[in-house]
Amino acid sequence: MMGWKEIPPGMVILEPGSALKVKTGSWRAAYRPRWIEENCIQCLLCWLYCPDNSVKVKDGKREDFDFDYCKGCGICALECPGKKGNKAIVMEEEVK
Amino acid sequence: MTKIVAVTGNEAVANAFRQIEPDVCAAYPITPQTELMQRFASFVSNGQVKTELILVESEHSAMSACIGAAAAGGRVATATSSQGLALMWETLFIASGFRLPIVMPVVNRALSSPINIHCDHSDAMGARDSGWIQLWSENAQEAYDNTIQAFRIAEDMDIRLPVMVCYDGFIISHSIERIEYFDDEIVKKFVGEYKPLYPLLDIENPKSFGPLILTDLYHEVRKAHSEVYKNVPKVVLKVAKDFEKISGRKYGLFESYMLEDAEIGIVILNSAAGTTKDVIDDYRNKGVKVGLLKPRLFRPFPYAEIGNALKHLKALCVLDRADAFGGSFGPLYLDVAASLCNFDQKPILINRIYGLGGRDYMPEHAAGVIEELRKIAKTGKVKSLKEYIGVRE
Repeated sequence: MMGWKEIPPGMVILEPGSALKVKTGSWRAAYRPRWIEENCIQCLLCWLYCPDNSVKVKDGKREDFDFDYCKGCGICALECPGKKGNKAIVMEEEVK
Repeated sequence: MTKIVAVTGNEAVANAFRQIEPDVCAAYPITPQTELMQRFASFVSNGQVKTELILVESEHSAMSACIGAAAAGGRVATATSSQGLALMWETLFIASGFRLPIVMPVVNRALSSPINIHCDHSDAMGARDSGWIQLWSENAQEAYDNTIQAFRIAEDMDIRLPVMVCYDGFIISHSIERIEYFDDEIVKKFVGEYKPLYPLLDIENPKSFGPLILTDLYHEVRKAHSEVYKNVPKVVLKVAKDFEKISGRKYGLFESYMLEDAEIGIVILNSAAGTTKDVIDDYRNKGVKVGLLKPRLFRPFPYAEIGNALKHLKALCVLDRADAFGGSFGPLYLDVAASLCNFDQKPILINRIYGLGGRDYMPEHAAGVIEELRKIAKTGKVKSLKEYIGVRE
């Protein structure tokens, strides 16, 4: 851990993207999201609304969840418009 | 070259702002600061400065906008008084925690309740531990000079801290005095070009301000922060030395007046020091060895220097223009007492509260204090440690 002599002025963080080092998904609420690819219209609302970094996008397309950064808040599932009324994200009970 | 003018304290400080021309100024009007920003707003409207003046809906927003602009990489200034400073309170700590060199004249005014627009020091004293440097000013000239020096102090790369420049509401802000203005070029050269540290607008180098720091690191961050203040006095003295070269006027951490051979003394801030010095002259003419210490750098408080300057006295009165309710002493007294407590030889100390809400501080009040100190020095007996003076029974 850093000693006080290494603290930068104003505690300004100069390393971009360093929040990735903090795996917020180390513990999660009682539910976790499941992605159902056949119902996904690739609108990326889940990526936009995710408060952390658990929705991965590659070449403009959504990939599966990265649970290292998922706290199980359920915002993605709530926002997901799905396809013809069928959600592409559902919340399921966390398996111990 | 200088120009001698007759102006109010606010007008003098507004002119310092015009000469320095900050990049951004976000302010909200409050008596007795209003005249300062109103005059500066005229300079902006008349095209005399290119400052971005942000008119906000409260002082909380004013300080928040200043913090954003300073983090973005601009030279930033604002000004306030009383309730306005109180409303900024939580954001003051963010400005200092981020090490943003914002300069803010505080035109000292009493706090509500009861509501009062006149001078006392309870506003700035309430913010004394917010991490802002505080420079206090006896008159309009000192307010003008301190404002110019404040930018250099705040922006020094060894400290990078926000600075308040305090001067007395109405007594100084609205009274017309003789002032020496510098030519604009001299001020511009003195403050120099602004060098930002970690500007957010430098998008090639992304950075984050204001991270969440919990039990594992907060203690270290605060220790590192507290160390920065140790460098402030030497920066203040370095800037004062450079300022003397352009002005011929000497500034230090505090002003000593007839203190070296004194037996009794008074510590007092801002405009009331002028009245006190006049009365000290009268007593000196009668052979009474009395002196005065007027703090200029109140935050960080130069404990060692002030303790050493006062320890030889027999009796000392600290005059506070703010009370600390709840049985404690006035804020200035507490720091002076702390600066003396570890010396073997030290004066008997008393604390007198004067001038709240603009109550006049008259020569007879200073004389009363000096008479009391003479008795204490002679007998060693103190009637009361803390008392209001100039109050009707």
